[in-house]
Amino acid sequence: MQYMLIFTETESEFAKRNDPAQAGAYWGGWSAYIAALAQAGIIVNGDGLQPPHTATTVRVRDGKRLVQDGPFADAKEQLAGYFVIEVPDLDTALDWAARAPAASSASVEVRPVMPPMAPPAA
Amino acid sequence: MRDARRAAETAARASYGRLLSILVARSRDIAASEDALSEAFVAALRTWPETGVPDNPDAWLMTAARNTLRNAARHRSVVDASAIELALLHDGFAPEVPDLPDDRLKLLFVCAHPAIDEAIRTPLMLQTVLGLDAVQIGSAFLVAPATMGQRLVRAKAKIRDTGLRFELPSAEDMPERLGDVLNAVYAAYGTSWDTVAGADPGAGDLAGEALFLGRLLVSLLPAEPEARGLLALMLYCESRRAARRDAEGRFVPLARQDARLWSRDMIIEAEGQLTAASRSGVFGRYQCEAAIQSVHAQRPITGRTEHAALATLYGLLAERAPSAGVLVAQAAARLDAGEPGQALGILRRLVAAEVAGYQPYWVTLAMSLAATGDRPAATEAMQTAITLTRDPAVREFLAGALDA
Repeated sequence: MQYMLIFTETESEFAKRNDPAQAGAYWGGWSAYIAALAQAGIIVNGDGLQPPHTATTVRVRDGKRLVQDGPFADAKEQLAGYFVIEVPDLDTALDWAARAPAASSASVEVRPVMPPMAPPAA
Repeated sequence: MRDARRAAETAARASYGRLLSILVARSRDIAASEDALSEAFVAALRTWPETGVPDNPDAWLMTAARNTLRNAARHRSVVDASAIELALLHDGFAPEVPDLPDDRLKLLFVCAHPAIDEAIRTPLMLQTVLGLDAVQIGSAFLVAPATMGQRLVRAKAKIRDTGLRFELPSAEDMPERLGDVLNAVYAAYGTSWDTVAGADPGAGDLAGEALFLGRLLVSLLPAEPEARGLLALMLYCESRRAARRDAEGRFVPLARQDARLWSRDMIIEAEGQLTAASRSGVFGRYQCEAAIQSVHAQRPITGRTEHAALATLYGLLAERAPSAGVLVAQAAARLDAGEPGQALGILRRLVAAEVAGYQPYWVTLAMSLAATGDRPAATEAMQTAITLTRDPAVREFLAGALDA
């Protein structure tokens, strides 16, 4: 089964990305984690996301397009990236989620990916 | 017709949970399995009067339910319907096979899976293993039936759609996972403790169900001492049920109970389980709590309470499995031993936010303050305790407790 691991991070964690004093440890942590995922042969796909200040939110209401500067939710924990992994069950996905750096500082949501839609009956 | 009905009812009473567990283990879909099993019972009542009750009613019901499930999966045209078909076919149990498997243990671990909200674990167990409906379960947990029904639907959908592991936990994970299962069973027992006086005991009380689940766990996990510990604990508590109220319906505290009203059979069963559990020599929270109850059960035999033994046992609990409940109980034991100062010392270590709504904390605090001579503070604490008490008989008792 495929699961998406949705990583969130706090503002202070995002700030580490470009802080010379902390960037080494920050990126080192993520590299090690991703290497482990790759080693296990379970990566389907994944990406890091640029920080929340780069986000723009779009809504269409009554035919009108509303564009807002910033992420859709004003929360302490913001989307930071994702990986889709192929593992036998949720328990395995949870184990992997717990090992992500984001799990220690913020949180990781684990959600099953929808199975491919069945082709219409002949 | 009467034979068919009786046979069906017997099968339902004795085998519902086990039959459902087999279907769920293969389909992962609790709701669909429940529907399929219901239809099987309907079919039985329809055909057995004509064809006669089968030699193996359980196997007949299993085959009927399995077929319904397979057809339902086909109609849904879900990509993994074929996976379900394969799982159901591979068992190959034919009506002649006498012994159907028992997947209730797997089912119990699924109900208490970490991904399932704690509040819905007990209701799930009660509905799947015991066949209770949302009205019965909701009534015990003081939740409206429609709300309870909704929560159960959501939880079953989560189990179906999320791919939780359906195997027994590894040896490494077992202590924590088993702890979750035991906690959920104990929560079922706990609903009977708060039964409001005057309410129809049959309507809300799940003590019997909790004891059934406790005994089931011991039979399915004979090598797990904590399962025996939980069963012993519940049996000790249940043994005193008749003594908790006097003839006028007034609340009777443990120290004043007429021990002749305690169930000797339950105490003997509890002692047996506790003894068997202790052979493992491993500490367990439930074994320790049962041991504490065992000390109380000795009072009518020896004529006194072994306060030193209680202090040791509570000390162990506070060290290995601390919680607000444990610390308050530890303080209460110190108070009973004639050490109100020590009791207050323990209570003062608790975090205010944790105990603000915890009635036993306020009762113990009030009694300890009174015993150290601070009557005004004791009265104030007791007032808080009373506002947190639902049972009118207990409220009445507390109102006069400081004067006793």
